[in-house]
Amino acid sequence: MVPLSWYIILSAVVFSIGVIGFLTRRNLIMTFMSIELMLNAVNISFVAFSHYLQSMKGQIMVFFIIAVAAAEAAIGLAIIIAYYKNNPTIKVDEINLLKG
Amino acid sequence: MTLLQFIFGYFAVMITVLSLLMITRRNPVHGVLWMLALFVHIAGLYILLNAEFLAAIQIIVYAGAILVLFLFVIMLLNLKKEESVKKFQKHWPVGVGTGIIFVVFAVSIVRKIEVFPQLGKYTIEAIKAEGNIMTIGKVLYTKYLLPFEIVSLILLVAIIGAVVLAKKRI
Repeated sequence: MVPLSWYIILSAVVFSIGVIGFLTRRNLIMTFMSIELMLNAVNISFVAFSHYLQSMKGQIMVFFIIAVAAAEAAIGLAIIIAYYKNNPTIKVDEINLLKG
Repeated sequence: MTLLQFIFGYFAVMITVLSLLMITRRNPVHGVLWMLALFVHIAGLYILLNAEFLAAIQIIVYAGAILVLFLFVIMLLNLKKEESVKKFQKHWPVGVGTGIIFVVFAVSIVRKIEVFPQLGKYTIEAIKAEGNIMTIGKVLYTKYLLPFEIVSLILLVAIIGAVVLAKKRI
């Protein structure tokens, strides 16, 4: 039997890798992929809790999270394309129109 | 060490290594391909947790739809000249430090958890009797019907929003 805490620690490790990728990468698409990674880390802990607490709520929640993640990816990538048409760069530190 | 723990160890090590590989690749296409392998391993972890439906959804939606979307956008934006510059921002130690602090906190909190809520009625035998998909379907279409409809609305908004944002002239 695998203890529940192993799953939670794995989830925390993957989440923090996602945070590191989100904060350090310059490419906007890689930043976006790090967000997907963080959502997946949360999903792992939801499914693990759902299994160990013998409840279906966690799996239902993961179902909704996957749907919202799909919507978020579509909208976000459309925003990236719309931005790229105006200023042809997707480096995060060069997108500073709001810097003042 | 039982077989189950060994399988979990394989998945855990592979997931960690693949996500590290994913966020450090210079070329976004390579990142997306490592992410594909990562999602397959996460689906394997779901099967280990008796969530076959979510494993299938993970493969279909994430590996099938979202990653193809990423690949299409990488193809649409011609990123040849972006690959030659450095890939990390200049404040990258701050990001790495934040991640390490987070994981230290999370691990130290997980060790302290003692209180658990009462166990639900969906034991492994109850799920096995009618199947995982049927169990999820029964809960989803009765108790969570309204959230399910709202999710369909969110997907509709995403369709319209993506078309409107990517269109040249509205």
